[in-house]
Amino acid sequence: MNRFLLPLSIFIVVVVFLGVGLRLNPREIPSPLVGKAAPDFSQPQLYDPAQAFSPADLKGKVWLLNFWASWCSGCRTEHPVLMELAKSGEVPIYGMDYKDQRDEAMTWLKRWGNPYPVVGVDEAGRVGINYGVYGVPETYVIDKQGMIRYKQIGPLDPDTVAKKILPLVKQLESQ
Amino acid sequence: MTWLMLILLLLSGQAWAGEARPLADDPAAEARLKHLAVELRCLVCQNQTLADSNAPLAEDLRREVREMIAKDMSDKEIIEFLVARYGDFVLYRPPLKATTTLLWVGPFVLLTIGATVLIITLRRRARKVVDVPVTDEEHRRVEQLLAEGEKRS
Repeated sequence: MNRFLLPLSIFIVVVVFLGVGLRLNPREIPSPLVGKAAPDFSQPQLYDPAQAFSPADLKGKVWLLNFWASWCSGCRTEHPVLMELAKSGEVPIYGMDYKDQRDEAMTWLKRWGNPYPVVGVDEAGRVGINYGVYGVPETYVIDKQGMIRYKQIGPLDPDTVAKKILPLVKQLESQ
Repeated sequence: MTWLMLILLLLSGQAWAGEARPLADDPAAEARLKHLAVELRCLVCQNQTLADSNAPLAEDLRREVREMIAKDMSDKEIIEFLVARYGDFVLYRPPLKATTTLLWVGPFVLLTIGATVLIITLRRRARKVVDVPVTDEEHRRVEQLLAEGEKRS
């Protein structure tokens, strides 16, 4: 009996490690920016390029910054969730049109609806790099002091919104 | 006609080459970019370096690194810029710190354990072989068996 105990325990440890490894998502890389100040930018707005969109305008508000593009299929999946969240009025979602064509972006929003009060345009992807974006959609929760409090990699789903985003927004609002 | 086709064929070859191609004119800057890019991971196709990858993000990051080289920033500053945004994950060689100790030391710990177990097992086995003496009784029996075997053959 004792002879089998050691190999068996090693086997169990290996199985546990592999099991945990299988459940991890290698696409989700923890962002070093969470807990740091949201990088500043000043980008032209989608509907009015003469006007600038900057996080400085939103100081004192809790808001979401959503990187999206008309070419991105995950954004299409996420879109109804954003529409629903915008309609609820719980938290404003500002858009950043990432490496996209202006006319295509506007057609996309016309077709599927526009959840954003303001959309900025990041044609060269530089704002994306400053925010550590490596695949759209990505969504940041930014607090009243302009700090990044949460980063969602990939599409938001109703579950994440209800269990993570909204409670966090409420907590940040009350601060 | 043949010449025209040949020229077309040669020209189109360039368009087919899907590899990341250098863009800067300055060979020294390009060499530095190459040297840096092999140490950096592409975040989209995670098993490729920034030098190999053709993903749009990798192209943007190479552009960014090129601009930083043009601004005369040191390799350390450039790497810090990327780590601040994407974390240690962009580095192919993760730095040695508290969270990565196991990663760096782990293989050596396992090697030491393996070697110790091997040495102990071998010593124990050697002792077993030496430590069993053959009694006179056994000796006689062996002789007898051998003699019997000889008779039979």
